[in-house]
Amino acid sequence: MSAMTHAGPCRDGLPGRGHRSLWEGMLAAVPLSVAFAGFGVVFGSSARAAGIGPAAAVVLSATAFAGSAQFAAVSILGAGGSVAAAVAAAVLLNARYGPIGLSVAPVVGGAWWRRLLLGQLVVDESWAIANRGNGSFDLQRLLGAGAVLYLVWVTSTAVGALGASVLADPKALGLDAAFPALFLALLWPQLRERRAAVVAALGAGIALVMLPFAPAGVPIIAAAAACLLGVRR
Amino acid sequence: MVVITVGAATVALKAVGPVLMGGRQLPAVVLGATRLLAPALLAALVITQVVAGPDGPAVDERSLGLAAALVALLLRAPMLLVIAAAAVTTALARLIM
Repeated sequence: MSAMTHAGPCRDGLPGRGHRSLWEGMLAAVPLSVAFAGFGVVFGSSARAAGIGPAAAVVLSATAFAGSAQFAAVSILGAGGSVAAAVAAAVLLNARYGPIGLSVAPVVGGAWWRRLLLGQLVVDESWAIANRGNGSFDLQRLLGAGAVLYLVWVTSTAVGALGASVLADPKALGLDAAFPALFLALLWPQLRERRAAVVAALGAGIALVMLPFAPAGVPIIAAAAACLLGVRR
Repeated sequence: MVVITVGAATVALKAVGPVLMGGRQLPAVVLGATRLLAPALLAALVITQVVAGPDGPAVDERSLGLAAALVALLLRAPMLLVIAAAAVTTALARLIM
């Protein structure tokens, strides 16, 4: 009996490891929430300008939940591009979620529908926050960060789609620079390991070389292929 | 139409890994690759987020922001400060330029 009470996650009233990581994930997502909220409102209003109704814009944010692909699709439509071009750009931009999903798969267990739903909380930022830096992932951090960012993104899309104008241009506030800074900060500690540093340099180089001519999204997937170096130990 | 297709495609892309391989140990070969996926992808995301633009790649105020983030990292600043340094520097640069 005493063994059972002491094995609980909240022994001595202290939050267990699981709860703490969940909380850490949520906290890590807070500065990004500001940026997500700003761009969510912008996305909602640009979808409106491109002729996408509020409900459709919110559905897109709730299902795609990936800023770059959504902005790409809407800007192509807004510029008079074809449906096929908009879809192709968005799918290419989101193709990275195939390998990203695979990398978190070992920690996402349970019934198939639970795995499907948890997979939806994966976005570059939550994935990066959950990354332990040794190839493994913390599910609780992924949940905490993913849930906060998801709610902020969907809510702010609705606000923008319903016609609220942005209080300030997120770009004037430099919020677009928050994303690369986060990715750099999360990459930083991993660069101490030599192989990771080589792969990072290669990934950056591939992206840089391909950016001028490849369609958006392709440089990122191509750079991700640099990780295949790990297969050839 | 676009909404449904893009939404469904993304849900599927995000679900395929967890649904097919969820809770299972990945084969050693795949694990070797996914271990290095983070540095490769993070580096590529840094580059694309800093230089990609609607009119092709451009070195602009965002690069100054990233430089500020790098300085903050070298000074061992906490994450929040690193992100704030990038945003504030970029905002100031846009204000001035």
